[in-house]
Amino acid sequence: MINYAMVIDTTACIGCGDCVVACKNENQVPAGLNRDWVVEETRGEYPHLHTEFRSERCNHCGHATCVTNCPTGASHYWKDTNIVLVAAEKCTGCKACIAACPYDARLIMHPQGYIDKCTFCHHRVDQGMDPACVSACPTGCMYFGILNDPDSQVSRLLRTRRHKTLLPETGNIPNVYYLV
Amino acid sequence: MVEELLVTARHNPKVDPSLAIWSWEIPVYLFLGGLTAGIMCFAAYAVLARKSDEMPFTHDRFALWAPVALSIGMTALFLDLEYKLHVFRFYTSFEPASPMSWGAWILILVYPLMILQTLSTLRRGYPALAGWVEKLPLGTRALDLSENARRPVAVMVIPLAVALGVYTGVLLSAFSARPFWNTGLLGPLFLVSGLSSAGALALIGSRLDCEKHFFTRADVTLIGIELTLIAMLVINLSTGAAQQLETVNMVLGGDYTVPFWLWFVLPGLLIPIVLEIFEMRGICRFSMVASFLVLYGGFMLRYLTVEMGQVSTWTDYAVQFDPQLLLRLTH
Repeated sequence: MINYAMVIDTTACIGCGDCVVACKNENQVPAGLNRDWVVEETRGEYPHLHTEFRSERCNHCGHATCVTNCPTGASHYWKDTNIVLVAAEKCTGCKACIAACPYDARLIMHPQGYIDKCTFCHHRVDQGMDPACVSACPTGCMYFGILNDPDSQVSRLLRTRRHKTLLPETGNIPNVYYLV
Repeated sequence: MVEELLVTARHNPKVDPSLAIWSWEIPVYLFLGGLTAGIMCFAAYAVLARKSDEMPFTHDRFALWAPVALSIGMTALFLDLEYKLHVFRFYTSFEPASPMSWGAWILILVYPLMILQTLSTLRRGYPALAGWVEKLPLGTRALDLSENARRPVAVMVIPLAVALGVYTGVLLSAFSARPFWNTGLLGPLFLVSGLSSAGALALIGSRLDCEKHFFTRADVTLIGIELTLIAMLVINLSTGAAQQLETVNMVLGGDYTVPFWLWFVLPGLLIPIVLEIFEMRGICRFSMVASFLVLYGGFMLRYLTVEMGQVSTWTDYAVQFDPQLLLRLTH
């Protein structure tokens, strides 16, 4: 199984939101809906504050509860990877996957009624390219690659830099990493 | 002291600021699914215990209400689907890890048995309806077959009805992402509530005193178990991890305290159990009022559970945002 991962350097992210725009352009995401978003988190008490910008999206979990809860098999892993996709032709719009995602990363794609989410731009990955958000990042703080290849850039970054994932305690095994 | 201020640029409809994907349709379906399970259980019990004389309503007239309730519930479920044309997709695969898939297939097993159970009661319970069925091709044969198989069908109905009742709770409790739902107590709670609602419905329909007395006693017991399970649910959540503590605070001083205790537990459980105890002791006769309150309580349990489960989350930006911090910065 190929384990794709995204690594985002929060110390270099400026929260510009270009990743969000690039995703909307690439995937024709309708107005008012977002497959990715930017969180600005400030900790501490004035004047000792620390701000972190995080570009967030579906974590393409190794144990995706959205896949296990889908009653029709519409939510599935792409080929032999951890990339979680929704097969629109199988989706009933029951919304079980939205409730099953601890990251609230899924949305209803209007007006068709099927469920939509980040795909790690698998159509680009299939051609050896990075996801659109990674390609568009003006500060170059986003990286994408194969985690189970020890020579990949993402593997090297995670070996050498302090990092975290969001809510690992859910047991979902998220695959978006944040360098801190 | 570490404070936290979160701002996000995500505003997906029905997801932010808190989940609102399931409206009235799902609570209606869960309530009617539980009610159906209860009706089927009591109707099967009356047949197996040969109670045709003591419990004529349950024995001969009650079963018909199961397909009525379940069909209305299934219609509500269908209305909830965003992509209605794909409803058949529930039956093009079986996903063993998905409770919703189990539910879809349980319903496929429940429907034929429920129809057989209902047909077997028509000649004695609803002769006019039986006459209409007999005019259909194979109608007479279907009625004969169902009457001959009445006891074996009743035996098969009970485990399937219990599975249906438990499933309505497991459907929600399987969502580990929603801390309020993620407890094994929801399955038994919804089953007991479904049985109690069916008991209340039977109390409305029955005419004989001994039958009324049976359902009054049954309902008192079932409401007592339900109250115990709710207490265990609150204890379970209030002794849990941070996200469970946050979720139980909704009913212990938070936004859902008044709806939960004053709109559900008091009128839906406590008042009816008191009225039914009075009725059992012959102090007064309020069985009709108590029955409607139990049915109301059964619906409110599902409505509030669905609502609170959606509000409870691992990543609640709205809750973590503390406007007081901004005020402090200006002073």
